[in-house]
Amino acid sequence: MKQLLILSGKGGTGKTTVAGALIELSKAKALADCDVDAPNLHLITKMQGQFATTPFYGMDKASIDQKRCIKCGACVDNCRFTAISDDYVVDPYACEGCGVCQLVCKYAAVTLKPFIAGKLMLYKKNKLFSTAELKMGSGNSGLLVDSVKKQLIKNSTDEKFAIIDGSPGIGCPVIASLNGADMVLIVAEASVSGVNDMKRIIKTARRFQIEIAVCINKYDVNDVETKKIEKFCTKENLLLAGKIPFDKKIVEAVNKGVSIVNIGDSKAGAAIYDLFNNIKTFFAV
Amino acid sequence: MNIAVLSGKGGTGKTLVSVNLAAAAKESVYIDCDVEEPNGMLFFKPDQIIKEPVTVKIPEIDRKKCIGCRKCIDFCKFNALAYIRKNVLVFEELCHSCGGCIIACPQGAVNEKNKSIGEICSGISEHVKVFTGEMNIGETSGVPIIKKLLLTAGKQDTLYTFIDCPPGSACTTMESIKDADYCILVAESTLFGLHNFEMVYKLVKFFSKRCGVILNKCDENIINPVESFCKKENIEILGKIFYDRELATMNTAGLILSRTSEKYGSLFEQLLQTVVGKI
Repeated sequence: MKQLLILSGKGGTGKTTVAGALIELSKAKALADCDVDAPNLHLITKMQGQFATTPFYGMDKASIDQKRCIKCGACVDNCRFTAISDDYVVDPYACEGCGVCQLVCKYAAVTLKPFIAGKLMLYKKNKLFSTAELKMGSGNSGLLVDSVKKQLIKNSTDEKFAIIDGSPGIGCPVIASLNGADMVLIVAEASVSGVNDMKRIIKTARRFQIEIAVCINKYDVNDVETKKIEKFCTKENLLLAGKIPFDKKIVEAVNKGVSIVNIGDSKAGAAIYDLFNNIKTFFAV
Repeated sequence: MNIAVLSGKGGTGKTLVSVNLAAAAKESVYIDCDVEEPNGMLFFKPDQIIKEPVTVKIPEIDRKKCIGCRKCIDFCKFNALAYIRKNVLVFEELCHSCGGCIIACPQGAVNEKNKSIGEICSGISEHVKVFTGEMNIGETSGVPIIKKLLLTAGKQDTLYTFIDCPPGSACTTMESIKDADYCILVAESTLFGLHNFEMVYKLVKFFSKRCGVILNKCDENIINPVESFCKKENIEILGKIFYDRELATMNTAGLILSRTSEKYGSLFEQLLQTVVGKI
C-alpha cells in the first residue's frame, strides 16, 4: 500500500482541507489521521457506522505504596523529572515511566503500573479509517501515531493507496508518521512564518529520503512569499504540485462538514483538482 | 503576571495575538514556547541577540569497564540501549536522560555526556524582551528546551509576560501553562475550531486556570460555532478579530500590527486592557 502523507510543519495551513479534498478526488479507501493531539479529519470524512476502540497504553507510571515507603528520599533524589512530591506521591503527568524510582527503592515500595494514555479508533465499513485521540497532557504521541499507522496497515486487505493526515511540528509524532510514507505533500502558507516552517519540515522529511511535493495555500494573500516558495522549490528540485487561492468557501465547507471539492464551484476546489492531477501518476490512482 | 496564549491547534492566531499584545504592552516579555516551529522572532526581529545551547544528558559507555552484563539494557524502558557486536550502543534520539543506566551498571561503566538538542535565543525589540527556543531538526522532544526557556525568561522583572504556547494539549503545552496566571484561548470560527477549542479548554479547566477567549477570523455573515458554545457554557469572550485581507497581508509579511497599523494598534491596546482587567 502506497502512502501519501500530508504535512505542514505548522498547524492551520490547510492540511486537513487538502487531505479531505484529495480523499474525495482519489477515492482512497484507506485513511489515517496522525494528528493525535487534535484530530479533525473525522469531521469531514463522514465515516459511517460503528468503530472499534482499543485503549492505548503509553509508558507505565510509577506508584508508591505508602505502607511500605519509609520516606528515605532515594526516589525523590534520583527522579530527573521531579515527578515525586515531598509527601511521596507520583505526579502522573510528570512521570515518564523510566523506572529509576523503582530501581533505587530498597523497600520495594514502588511499582510501575499500566497507564491508558489515549484510545485508537478504527472504522471499517465503506472505508478503512484509522484515528486516535491522546488523553490531555499525555506524552508518547509518537508511539500513538505509530499505532495509528500500524492499525491501518494491519487491517488493510487490497487497498493500494492510503492518505494520511499528519500532525504539526517536526518532533516525535511527525517523525513517527514519516516512517513508511512514499510521498510527503507539504502544505505551505504564503507567509514569512510559512516559508520558515516549510524549510524546517523539508529538512526533517529529507532525512527519510521520501519523495517530497509542495503546495502553496492562500498563495494570493502574499505574492512576495509565494515567489519565495516557488524559487525555493526550483532551486531544491522539489515538485511544486499546486497553488491554492484564498477562498471563503473553505470556511463554508468546513462548517458544513464536507470537502471543498463537494461544495460546487470554488476556486480552491479547482486548484486542488489540479494538484491531484499533478501527483496522481506517482501513486498510479 | 504571566499570560499564556493557547489554541488547541496551530494556525488559529496564537502568535498573532501574543506578539501583538506584547507589543501593545510596550514594556513586556514575550516567550515563544513553540520550539518546533518558532515564529515570534520573525515578527519581532530583535537586536542584541544572545544564543545559549540547550543540552541533555546522554549515556556514554566506558568500554574498558563494561563487562557486557546488559543490566543497563534490561533496565532501559525506552529501548535506547542495545548490545551489538559485544558493545553497548546508545540510540541518542530514544534516550529520555533518566540516568537509570548509570545506577543499573554494577561496573561503573556508564558516564554521561552533554548533547545539544537546540538553543535559546533572546533579544530586544523596542521595549519587548523576546525569548525563543528552537529545537534542532531531527530531535524528538522539545520539553527540555521549554523548561529551560521558561526558567531563563522567568527571571525578568517585568509586569507582563506573554507565553506563546505550542499547539495541542500534550505535555509541551502543559509545561508552558503551569505557571500562568491567566490563559487566553484563541479560537477560529469553524467547526474544526470548536473541536480543538474544547480540547484545550478542558486542559485549562483541569489546571483551574482563569481564562477568556479571543475569536479570530470572524465573519459577520457566518454563525460562529465557538461563539455559540462560549455563550452556552458561560465562557468569557475577550474580543473578536474579523477576517480582513489587510490584516492577512500585513501578518503574512511578518509585520507587527500593533506597531504598523493605527486601527489594529488600538484593537490590541483595548484587548490588553480587557485582559488586564480580568487578572
